Amino acid sequence: MLATYQNPVYDYERSPDQDTDLVVHHPVIVVGGGPVGLAAGLDAGVHGMDVLVLDESNTVSVGSRAVCYSKRSLEIFNRWGCASRMVDKGVTWKVGKIFFRDRLIRQFDLLPAPGHEQPAFINLQQYYLEQYMVDRLRELDSAEIRWKNKVVDVTEEENKVTITVDTPDGPYSLSCDWLIVADGANSGIRSRMGLESEGQIFQDRFLIVDVVMKQNAPPERWFSFDPSYHRGWSTLLHRQADDVYRLDFQLGWDADPVEEKKPENIIPRVTAMLGEDVDFELEWASVYTFTCRRMEKFRHGRLLYTGDAAHQVSPFGARGANSGFQDIDNLIWKLDLVLRNEAPSSMLDSYCSERVMAAEENIMNSTRSTDFITPKSPVSSVFRDAVLELAEEHEFAQLLTNSGRLSDPAILVYSPLNTPDTDEFSGDMVPGAPLDDAPVNYHGEDKWLLNMMGGAFNLLYFIDNADDFDANHRSALIQMSQEPVPVIPIVVANRGGPIDEVTTVLDVTGMANQRFDGHSGAVYLIRPDQHVLARCHIFDMGSVSAALNRILIG
Amino acid sequence: MTLNTKTNFHQPETHFFRAYRAGDDFYEALINMHRGLSDEQSAMVNAKLILLLGNHIGDLSVLREAMNIARGSIGSEVHNETNLENE
Repeated sequence: MLATYQNPVYDYERSPDQDTDLVVHHPVIVVGGGPVGLAAGLDAGVHGMDVLVLDESNTVSVGSRAVCYSKRSLEIFNRWGCASRMVDKGVTWKVGKIFFRDRLIRQFDLLPAPGHEQPAFINLQQYYLEQYMVDRLRELDSAEIRWKNKVVDVTEEENKVTITVDTPDGPYSLSCDWLIVADGANSGIRSRMGLESEGQIFQDRFLIVDVVMKQNAPPERWFSFDPSYHRGWSTLLHRQADDVYRLDFQLGWDADPVEEKKPENIIPRVTAMLGEDVDFELEWASVYTFTCRRMEKFRHGRLLYTGDAAHQVSPFGARGANSGFQDIDNLIWKLDLVLRNEAPSSMLDSYCSERVMAAEENIMNSTRSTDFITPKSPVSSVFRDAVLELAEEHEFAQLLTNSGRLSDPAILVYSPLNTPDTDEFSGDMVPGAPLDDAPVNYHGEDKWLLNMMGGAFNLLYFIDNADDFDANHRSALIQMSQEPVPVIPIVVANRGGPIDEVTTVLDVTGMANQRFDGHSGAVYLIRPDQHVLARCHIFDMGSVSAALNRILIG
Repeated sequence: MTLNTKTNFHQPETHFFRAYRAGDDFYEALINMHRGLSDEQSAMVNAKLILLLGNHIGDLSVLREAMNIARGSIGSEVHNETNLENE
């Protein structure tokens, strides 16, 4: 029982779907009501798609579990209408400190550039995150969640998927066009379909402990290699909401997980770390091992695997849940186009290829962190300690110090959807890149660029003086915004405007121009998930249509 | 030339989007180089690697500076006369 949080209980409600002899059909069903399944419900619901989420439990996460949520995740949540509650409740942090044998060897700031609405990271217990997601989901007309609904059988047919769902009232059947599988690392659906997630199990154990203390320690991530209170191992200290602190102790493979979880064994470790004079109460503890693995493909016919069900990483770097939200952000707009018959179902293969690339990158980074934190051989221990010794004074070794490469969004440079550049641009906003944010001014009000877009295709059109905007281009932009697959234009100007019937923002700080190399006339075509699709120096309707057709026709 | 201890890992015609990436690529390659070797073999491989890199860098003043830093935490400076110089 937690002292700071009481899990909500969501009642099982009998659905009319259970009172008919027919198998009721839903376009999209999501299996699993964890963070990633709820994300699928939210994104689909915000798109106005009919979506049904089935969860076998009747509450949110038991225990704090994943606590670290990235700027990119918050940008996505912001589009779904629930970021501010998370940011308000969570602990905002951006400074990481790394200690080696009790000495501070590196301090880093995770938000390298100013001018982003969302913080680099927040720490928030998973139960709060899920609870806020459930609250938001219930506000959406086209989204529904059913508790105590456990999917026990899946049959894929040519035109649909039929599932059997177990409930307190007994089983019933449903069918759907698309089944989003978000039932976690030990995915029952994955096993049932005879599929595997393959990779590497690491021979190490970690104890995670949540303690409550009124210490008011700074909201920073403290990672310690070989501290005097836990010789030979590493530890992590991180602050969460409600004066709860997350402590992580590396224990090694030989540790006994049952013994280590006993309070009488935990308390001395915590006291050694925090000091004799610090009052704390144990809140929650768990001993875990971890795996880096993924499925070969994330799309199997009408089943779309997401989150931990599709890929799993070690926890260093917060690349688990954060990548799951990106899966959903990547998937739902494509599914929306397919359901509206605006794109062929083969478009969903790009969900697989893009997110497999992202998973590969996440697995690579988290494996490298794990190898650094737990060296596998005497020679790798020597190199690791040599890096740490040099890091106190030498910049190159500070950057080699790897206590977790914290989640950054995938840059989909190899995506088949991208239109390769023909014009030259500087900066990182290449086709496939997730958009950088920038402060802008809209009708005299301060806004954020990312909040002006998303959910549909956007065209960013940079111009020096909006008063000089080409009338033909303006007509073309307005026409594009009225097509069956609309492209909503946003003109980013240094001055002038607003342009009649076209959203016009002023780049008051010049950050948008700088980040996008947005010299006058340059245009960027942006996907609904805010990744760059194509860009060129001079607008022409033909190029924009070609870039769109590349993904809509294939 | 003085020894560069700023971050310097790079690769021709490759743009690294993340500051840590090139260094992590190097470090992984370094650790992989030792995979399956005995401690003795590893020491030999390390020695060869240092010799190869030493020759590639060539500039004795840079190499001496690196040696001093490497030895630094253990104490007692690398002596120029006995180690490298033969003027």
